Amino acid sequence: MSRLDKCFKALKESKQKALVPFITAGDPNADFTLSCMHDMVKAGASIIELGVPFSDPMADGPVIQQASERALANGMSLKGVIEIVRAFRETDQITPVILMGYLNPIEFMGYETFASTAAQAGVDGVLTVDIPPEESADLIAAYDQHGIAPIFLLSPTSNESRIKKVSAVAKGYIYYVSLKGVTGAGHLELDDIETKIQEIKGLTPLPIAIGFGVKNADIAANIAKIGDAVVVGSALINCITDHSDNEAQGQEAIAGLLSEMRTAMDAVTQ
Amino acid sequence: MPTSDKKKQAVVTDYNLPDERGHFGPYGGLFVGETLMESIEELNEAYAKYMQDPEFLAELDADLHDYVGRPSPIYHAARLSKETGGAQIYLKREDLNHTGAHKINNTIGQALLAKRMGKTRIIAETGAGQHGVATATVAARLGLECVIYMGAEDIQRQSPNVYRMKLLGAKVVAVTSGSQTLKDALNEALRDWVTNIDNTYYIIGTVAGPHPYPAMVRDFQTIIGRESREQMMAKTGRLPDALVACVGGGSNAIGLFHPFIEDEAVSIYGVEAAGLGIETGQHSAPLCAGKPGVLHGNRTYLMADENGEIIETHSISAGLDYPGVGPEHSWLKDIGRADYVNINDDEALAAFHQLTRVEGIIPALESSHAIAYATKLAKTMNKDETILVCLSGRGDKDIFTIAKLEGIEL
Repeated sequence: MSRLDKCFKALKESKQKALVPFITAGDPNADFTLSCMHDMVKAGASIIELGVPFSDPMADGPVIQQASERALANGMSLKGVIEIVRAFRETDQITPVILMGYLNPIEFMGYETFASTAAQAGVDGVLTVDIPPEESADLIAAYDQHGIAPIFLLSPTSNESRIKKVSAVAKGYIYYVSLKGVTGAGHLELDDIETKIQEIKGLTPLPIAIGFGVKNADIAANIAKIGDAVVVGSALINCITDHSDNEAQGQEAIAGLLSEMRTAMDAVTQ
Repeated sequence: MPTSDKKKQAVVTDYNLPDERGHFGPYGGLFVGETLMESIEELNEAYAKYMQDPEFLAELDADLHDYVGRPSPIYHAARLSKETGGAQIYLKREDLNHTGAHKINNTIGQALLAKRMGKTRIIAETGAGQHGVATATVAARLGLECVIYMGAEDIQRQSPNVYRMKLLGAKVVAVTSGSQTLKDALNEALRDWVTNIDNTYYIIGTVAGPHPYPAMVRDFQTIIGRESREQMMAKTGRLPDALVACVGGGSNAIGLFHPFIEDEAVSIYGVEAAGLGIETGQHSAPLCAGKPGVLHGNRTYLMADENGEIIETHSISAGLDYPGVGPEHSWLKDIGRADYVNINDDEALAAFHQLTRVEGIIPALESSHAIAYATKLAKTMNKDETILVCLSGRGDKDIFTIAKLEGIEL
């Protein structure tokens, strides 16, 4: 059984939902990211999504764009992100790690080289924002070879035929983008999300993670009632920028926010 | 000089690309996030439907004639040809279109489509501002709300066009992310589209972006090549021996080239911007010096570093300053049907002055790259051979840039 499957099974047994923090690898530097990953696990994170910085993050709002720019300015690259995961795995063989980013760095590394290096370093899944299932056959073949789960997105505009298309190729979990727009935006309509999640659940057995717009513990708890996993990204990156003169405080703020979310989520599910 | 000097290009028959999912061989395709998929499917259906609709096509034809001023003439640049020596150079005068460039052929088509689709808001990206002006123009004419994304750097460089867009009623949004140029404006427009998909139509200005844009923009621009065939036949009794056009994203080039792809006797040359020189790395020539990757919704040749991060480009001409290129050009390069060459800033500037001086035509800096290459090519050809150059735009917008380069205060 894969780390991801084990993780969702264990959560089910303890009547918990997955808490999935997203931070951009290398923002502000690789050491911070590694140390923060361990801290986030202690604070209650179930799965970690590491953003792979890209020069042209078309699906991201300003918070993650700027995180990407800071990371690139500090020399982070896809290779560097994989090295962070390798270092993380030296002491944590349990927490699944997902890479999230854009296709071009993977194209330049080559699908096979990327899949084998990432799997060997301990990456469990990869979510590539700008590749729909229609273009994914070669990439998925490489992932299958090395046991990496291809994670795909669904959105409020995904109709039944798209949900089926995505669930036919997705593994690990499906990431539901809870609002129209870019990361970090707007205001969530919980009723609309719940209706859509019901529809998706009728069409796939995979766990559903919900993200985009999860800003605080209250929202996290509400989302935990609906989905199998709650993804939080921009709110954590704001902790880093709010304490840009003091990395340790930024890291504490991230752990603090995640602990609050964990407690609030458990309170509604257990 | 004998014609045999010209490198033989590949013979292509039954050319019918892209396939139904937008592929030109390995290039093109549809690389976007799930949130955009439904809108793109909707666009695909609408485009397929209206391109078969006689009423839509009649309206488009009438607009191209009465509003844009088509057909644009072909002009024999006799003095330029004589001064150069060699082949006869003809110019397809897209600079004479309303708004001063070929860009409006596309914006008028897409705006009519947007209106048919019931969209009330138009967005677009722009680099030099030509596509922004052409979009703001058609939005004003059709009474649609219009938002133009433009890199903060480009807003500084192209202030007359920014003012034009504002006069036309468009809102111009300065993009301050990334390198603050055309590619970042495109990113920002995509972000707007994904946020406002219900009422918004995104008019991409070149033959890039996700399918169906490369095919759709091409189809609206092939009016250039279709007219050229007839006009060259009427003027010279045969097809031109060579076609030359500048390539940034490549919309004027594909518009000229496409109707000639199966004509074995016609050689095709796309001219990229070599900037300060290919060897300096400061250029905008992905076909000459880049490698394939995925950006802005399609697979194509790109300028990126070894990690796949897109790198900053340079050209004297803001309209060629883009790190990617239309995927169909990538395919025509790989199969050897077209040659992609490059012209540096200095050569383009010299061609700008030469055409202005000997023909009384001030070309856009983009088009000056094509003129510069055409004069190089002409020297290798016979006097009775012909080169047709796409003069894609007029240079009024560039006079401030050029004056500044030459230390003249206006």
